[in-house]
Amino acid sequence: MATEHDLAHDHAEPELEHAHPGAKTYTIVGVILAVITLAEVFFYTQESVRAILVPLLLVLSATKFVLVVGFYMHLRFDHPLFTGVFGFGLMVAGSIITALMFLFGQYPLPHRG
Amino acid sequence: MAHTAIPVIVDTGAAPPAAVAAPLVLEHPHTSTGLDSRKLLMWAFLASDCMFFGTLIATYLVYKNRSPEGPLPRETFDVPYTSVSAFVLLLSSLTMVLALAAIQRGEERRMRVWLSATALLGCVFLGGQFYEFTTFYHEGLTLSRNLFGSSFFTLTGFHGTHVFIGVFWLLSLVAHSFRGRLHQEHSLFVEIAGLYWHFVDIVWILIFTLVYLIPD
Repeated sequence: MATEHDLAHDHAEPELEHAHPGAKTYTIVGVILAVITLAEVFFYTQESVRAILVPLLLVLSATKFVLVVGFYMHLRFDHPLFTGVFGFGLMVAGSIITALMFLFGQYPLPHRG
Repeated sequence: MAHTAIPVIVDTGAAPPAAVAAPLVLEHPHTSTGLDSRKLLMWAFLASDCMFFGTLIATYLVYKNRSPEGPLPRETFDVPYTSVSAFVLLLSSLTMVLALAAIQRGEERRMRVWLSATALLGCVFLGGQFYEFTTFYHEGLTLSRNLFGSSFFTLTGFHGTHVFIGVFWLLSLVAHSFRGRLHQEHSLFVEIAGLYWHFVDIVWILIFTLVYLIPD
């Protein structure tokens, strides 16, 4: 006869989750994040990359975002439902920013004029 | 499941021998998803906070260059100084996740050290933000000076408030640990606090790029 404990595990879908990484992985990710931040500040000071600065900074920032969310917040290892819930909020937030930018004619990309 | 922390006593179904106490299985209550509702709730809160900060960031981007008079962003920001603040907050995310790894291994003393370090780095960030705000104020940029000032202080002020709440939360976890109320089986509490703290960090990642680094 299945107990309450067994039922809880039946619904856990453990194959969708993986063990969290250890201190070594966290430290490596931390070093990568620090290097990307240094790169951001470096590119900010370089006149030669001024033309592609905005997309470059956006890509670097998005990389940092994904690393923190994926490794430090464990979305890469946890149940996909957490990714879905957070991703929905993120998508709405991105839509709000994009809509307001266009609505007020202030899209931050330089080529828009 | 890597984290099952809620101390609920569940009947394992087996009758224990008369002389032996029944085993206590620590498990979270049964849910339709099989996931801990508190962790799911935190993710739902963070999703809603995404929308909150998304609106504030959009408002800043719309208003930053619509002020008829200065000070304006380019003549106000000190990017090298803010870069140090960004480093401090990134470092605090690392110490936070090391605290979680420590309690998941059952190393409570080490967890307290990392949690305290995270709170300290959060305080350093807040101190830096206070100094930055004070400097801006002396340069003539106030909340009511122009649209740039209003949207900038509202955005970064709300982020700073989030950091302050996070520091308070972390210190309360340290206090609970010192009182012997936070053990390996309660690692979910640290994980949820960590989710909040890392969210504060990723919001700053976006603010640092969109507000400070991207030119006018």
